[in-house]
Amino acid sequence: MDDTRETDPAEGDAGPNYLRAGYSIRSWLLTTDHKRIAILYLVSLTVMFLVGGAAAVLLRLELISSEASLVSGDGYNKLFTLHGVIMIFFFLVPSIPAVFGNFLIPMMVGARDMAFPRINLASWYLYMTGAILGIAIIVGGGVDTGWTFYTPYSSTYANTHVILAVAGVFIAGFSSIFTGLNIVATVYAMRAPGLGWGRLPLFVWSLLATSLIILLATPVLAITLALVAVERATGIGIFDPGLGGDPVLFQHLFWFYSHPAVYIMILPSLGVVSEIVACFARKRIYGYPFMAGASIAIAILGFFVWGHHMFVSGQSVYAGIVFSFLSFLVAVPSAVKVFNWIATLHRGQISFETPMLYAFGFIGLFVVGGLTGLFTATIAVNVHIHDTYFVVAHFHYIMVGGALMGYLGALHFWWPKIMGRLYPERLARWSAIFVFLGFNLTFFPQFLLGYQGMPRRYHVYPQEFELLNVFSSGGAIFLGLGYLLPAIYLTWSLKYGRAAGPNPWGATGLEWTTASPPPSENFARTPRVTEPVYNYTGERQS
Amino acid sequence: MSHGHKGVAPAHQFESVEQQQRVARFGMWMFLISETMIFGALFTGYAVYWTLYPEAFQEAAQFLDVTYGTVMTVVLLVSSTTVALAITALEGDRRRLAAGLFGVTIALGLVFFVLKIIEYAEKIGDGLLPTRGFEYPGAESADQAQVFFSWYFVITGTHAVHLIVGLAAIGFVIWPILRGTYHAKYFSPVEGTGLYWHLVDVIWIFVFPLLYLMGRAGGMG
Ligand SMILES: [Cu+2]
Repeated sequence: MDDTRETDPAEGDAGPNYLRAGYSIRSWLLTTDHKRIAILYLVSLTVMFLVGGAAAVLLRLELISSEASLVSGDGYNKLFTLHGVIMIFFFLVPSIPAVFGNFLIPMMVGARDMAFPRINLASWYLYMTGAILGIAIIVGGGVDTGWTFYTPYSSTYANTHVILAVAGVFIAGFSSIFTGLNIVATVYAMRAPGLGWGRLPLFVWSLLATSLIILLATPVLAITLALVAVERATGIGIFDPGLGGDPVLFQHLFWFYSHPAVYIMILPSLGVVSEIVACFARKRIYGYPFMAGASIAIAILGFFVWGHHMFVSGQSVYAGIVFSFLSFLVAVPSAVKVFNWIATLHRGQISFETPMLYAFGFIGLFVVGGLTGLFTATIAVNVHIHDTYFVVAHFHYIMVGGALMGYLGALHFWWPKIMGRLYPERLARWSAIFVFLGFNLTFFPQFLLGYQGMPRRYHVYPQEFELLNVFSSGGAIFLGLGYLLPAIYLTWSLKYGRAAGPNPWGATGLEWTTASPPPSENFARTPRVTEPVYNYTGERQS
Repeated sequence: MSHGHKGVAPAHQFESVEQQQRVARFGMWMFLISETMIFGALFTGYAVYWTLYPEAFQEAAQFLDVTYGTVMTVVLLVSSTTVALAITALEGDRRRLAAGLFGVTIALGLVFFVLKIIEYAEKIGDGLLPTRGFEYPGAESADQAQVFFSWYFVITGTHAVHLIVGLAAIGFVIWPILRGTYHAKYFSPVEGTGLYWHLVDVIWIFVFPLLYLMGRAGGMG
């Protein structure tokens, strides 16, 4: 008992913290503690992020020059497929729900664990099975269909490991279904006494909305990819135009999942930003019911806009108009979020700790990504910029500028809770600034490139595009540095960081009322909630 | 901490057995809704093709044997009844009866499965396996008929996979029922298994008319 954290009064009689509940490999691999499963996910997601990031580095290196310099055309196809598949299915989709959702949802609702702990562990094993398949593909020569697996190329013509790749995504899909199931059931039925729906943190609301999308959309992706694999293996005629099959049906089914999947990636970050903004503005979030409602509205609307990916696929003009209009509608709840954050900041006692820098970065990049989304959702403009770098820049602003900034914000906000240690604040702020600047330098030029007509997915391009591509690749170096630094100082903090104490930010929320790191059962006794949500008084009270 | 029934302790994350049962039931319903989306996608795709190729699909559907379909439907409906009866028996703590009824359910599920295999074998024997060796005797486009049989095998095959999972799940609860692990006061895993079996049944209720009967309906297409 030489460590002060173990005698922290907040810990009470709840026993040692979850990190000390066992040291053997077995105690980790067979754990059903939601916090340990979150750590398992954190480690494996970081590895997959490094793999996907390495592919991105190679892509940007190749694109420094307008000629083929580093990889062949085939090699380039495999690289961007790998980058997309890994980053979307094995990093962004599981990221916040599987790590922070797992760790925080039971704590935020005042429960001892998720509703189904063994299903939770099974989720991680499914994820690992899919991820190992993903790695096996890289070793075995790659896959070149793009992350979208469009038919009939994927189902009939590609000569790469399509079946293995879709099997990996299929399995990983069920891992997110299991996570979503746990989140929904935990929030529905395991809230502490006094914790009504109107007192749930917005992070919980956003993950609830995310989980509903996961539950309703993922099965459609799973069966669609299964159809591709079966068609490829046996020659049945679901998508084969040679038999009268319709390859565009694949696009409909694929985007029925994959547009909502964008909200699987971004909604959790919206929740994270709400937590951070309230905490570092020391104010109750403005328009709480609208914030919660906007998450649900985004989730629902997200199911009716998939056709905006298919304006040039030959779908009917009328369908295109409806999809375009509905896509514009999504901007409404998204803007509600942004305006409410701004209203929350208004007259707040704002301080600029690292998580807040990420939150600010998120808001700025999310606005750019969202507004350029309106461009791409406009049919006439879309025809011009379809399959160009404009689209690449747009979705990276949402998925990297948005989702990933939210992930990093969450990592810095809750790291002291998860590990019980503080990280070096100055260094962390610098790396947040690196990420923001590097990100913009990487992706803003791509808006210009796309608008000028540079198509995506080519490894050679006309020389006139070279300068902007050099900028973009240069920005990627800063961005990479901004990602590498947290990996270093957070690891460092595990051993050398100062003890965090239960509530270093003076934040509200049940997770901050218990020790850091929390005991295995989370709370000494089941908490009873008597205060409204985000009950900040304006003063910092840590 | 716990104020559950005598002799029944909830799992550590729950406050009471009631809460545990409520969570289990809710989780199962959510999972079933999720599963339904798989068939939603398949039925949608099938419907799209039916509107694209009404004549070919109309004709091809007549190569399916309504007798098989009808018998399989009856078998599944009866099996759902035995599941419902088994759960009622368990609620009354008649555990041997419940286990017996689940045994009957498994037997009926196997009958369905064997019929399915026989039907598949016949279709394959007739050259109707929709792969590269597809041979179609009908008058309409053979390619489009191949698309029809692709959907037939995919939809019934996906349903059969669910049936097998359901059979395995029932197999796993029978012994614990006999041993007394599940009883009148605590049986939510059994209830979840039963719900899953009902889903297998309900999906078949859609599969049967969509595949077997649509070809007979004069008005369609
Ligand atoms: Cu979209």
